[in-house]
Amino acid sequence: MSSLVRGERRLSARARATVLGVAVLIVAVLVGLLVGPVRIGAANVLRWLFSFGDPPQGMSEQQALILADLRLPRVIVAGLVGASLAASGAAYQAVFRNPLADPYLLGAAAGAGLGATIAVAYGPSGALELTVPVAAFVGALVGVGLAYGLGRSTLGGRSTTSLVLAGVAVASFLTAVQTFLQQQRSETLRQVYTWILGRLGTTGWDDVRLALPSVVLALATMLSVRRLLDVIEVGDLEARSLGLHVARLRLVVVIAASLATAAAVAVAGLIGFVGLIIPHTVRLMVGGSYRSVLPLSVLFGASFLILVDTLARTVVAPAEIPIGVITAFVGAPFFIAVLRRNRRAA
Amino acid sequence: MGKPLGILVAVALAFALAACSDDPAITTAPTGGSATASTGSAAFPVTVTGTNGDVTIDSRPERIVSLSPTATEDLFAIGAGDQVIAVDDQSNYPADVPTTDLSGFEPNIEAIAGYEPDLVVFATEPGDLGSSLEGLGITALQLDAAPNLDVAYDQIEQLGAATGHADESAALVEQMRSDIQGLVDEADTAIAMSFYYELDDTFYSVTSKTFIGQLLRMLGLENIADAVGKGSGGYPQLSAEYIIESDPDLIFLADTKCCGQSAETVAKRPGWAGLTAVAEGGVVPLNDDVASRWGPRVVELLERISDAAAAEASAA
Repeated sequence: MSSLVRGERRLSARARATVLGVAVLIVAVLVGLLVGPVRIGAANVLRWLFSFGDPPQGMSEQQALILADLRLPRVIVAGLVGASLAASGAAYQAVFRNPLADPYLLGAAAGAGLGATIAVAYGPSGALELTVPVAAFVGALVGVGLAYGLGRSTLGGRSTTSLVLAGVAVASFLTAVQTFLQQQRSETLRQVYTWILGRLGTTGWDDVRLALPSVVLALATMLSVRRLLDVIEVGDLEARSLGLHVARLRLVVVIAASLATAAAVAVAGLIGFVGLIIPHTVRLMVGGSYRSVLPLSVLFGASFLILVDTLARTVVAPAEIPIGVITAFVGAPFFIAVLRRNRRAA
Repeated sequence: MGKPLGILVAVALAFALAACSDDPAITTAPTGGSATASTGSAAFPVTVTGTNGDVTIDSRPERIVSLSPTATEDLFAIGAGDQVIAVDDQSNYPADVPTTDLSGFEPNIEAIAGYEPDLVVFATEPGDLGSSLEGLGITALQLDAAPNLDVAYDQIEQLGAATGHADESAALVEQMRSDIQGLVDEADTAIAMSFYYELDDTFYSVTSKTFIGQLLRMLGLENIADAVGKGSGGYPQLSAEYIIESDPDLIFLADTKCCGQSAETVAKRPGWAGLTAVAEGGVVPLNDDVASRWGPRVVELLERISDAAAAEASAA
């Protein structure tokens, strides 16, 4: 009886959190569309939105253009990137049973950075908007592939620590190669750095098209196995005794999470911290079960990045701040506040 | 992958030169009868002033190493090109400069010393290049990025004095002054044309506080980046939304080399096709190199900009 009641209460806490997550996401999207360096009346934006892009009376063509070609794709990409990074973070933390695991741990970011550097320094200069994301994408997958292969074969396989260590080693190696290439082609240095610092400032529908398929596929994969993540988190032996193919599951999740990370890095550059703070904040809200943590990380990750990007383009408007700077600047104190509140509550 | 070999060769050369330096004939030979110097060798020793303070040069330098593309252009423009034996990897103008692997951003003291220079000119100072060179007994003159035209002129004159070409440098500065004054006088300030000056394809720009921004303002043009408040350091990253809302008459692209931008790529950006500058041919590609230096070619850059402004004004 008492366990049933507790179960119900947990369920309702989860339901409440989900409703909250959806509500926050809707608010974030609206804020992202309403607020920007160019003033467009809230009523106009809403009317524009509900007429599906048909500019209402009193709205200039230019304002409609700004909404349709700049703000909307930018909000969508920010949401996709935030959801990808947060969900990947949660997934990595589960399969590696390491609370510090995040999308950048396994060489994904370093690989993406190297790929982008190669594309900028050695690729055809006319087609960078295409070659850089693709190269980053390939680089991220190669980075994770290397780390995973090394961790499993060379360092003796089973333990998750060996995977994490291999990830750190691979990341250092790839970063070293990237630095070397940058020195060789110092004339492209600036471009590599602006790319790495985050590029939501130039986002358009091209980026939505580039990221959307991979992000949807990766998120769907991770969400579909979220129940199994609870089992795997207990321990490999226990999971295996329950008939779970631990190695295979881990591989599937790592590939999905890396795909999401690669897509995020490809369209937005390197944005740290989201994969760490969002899943942990969600855990503090609803407990550790991945049945809740994963979907809520998607919702809150998307909301968080949309809001942070709104800050990035309004705080010093009409100038911008690189979004990576704000994720850390806002994220770190926010995370500490959440931790402190939680300790007091406990 | 040719680079590691190049470094090896450079190191080997450095050793070879170091070994040669025991032979006094090599170091003294070129400094002899330099009667061609315009102001004569009587001008030496001379004390010039750089960003690193007063620097005394004992005799007419004949083995100059320039680690600054601007200084390289200055030196060749005042007729001191013959005295320059090596320039850094970014120096590419005029066409026949002795470009080497030397880097002005990551200077290798040994490699520089390997050229046995009697004067090293550099712009930025990562670490303590100047004092390291002084420690090796090499005269070093720092001429950092000029904040305004007067400093750019002064740097040319300091280089003139330092190399025995004071007359030529004075003449060059005089010429630049009158050319620029001519452009300013010609400029039609009746129509206040607005412009967006692009440093790279993520919309970094310049305000009127910067060297290039001041030049553009002298032509009576209105900079949309000036709406950015203080604290941007003069080089703000603008929002695409804001650029589109401002709808500038002119767009100057100082990112044609670095980022492969052109009127065509700008027109393809989301939301940019309808801009006045894009629709009316007001997108002006500039040479990144010229636009980022503060040497004699500033005049060329200004001519290009003022021509474009005049064309746009007559079209409007």
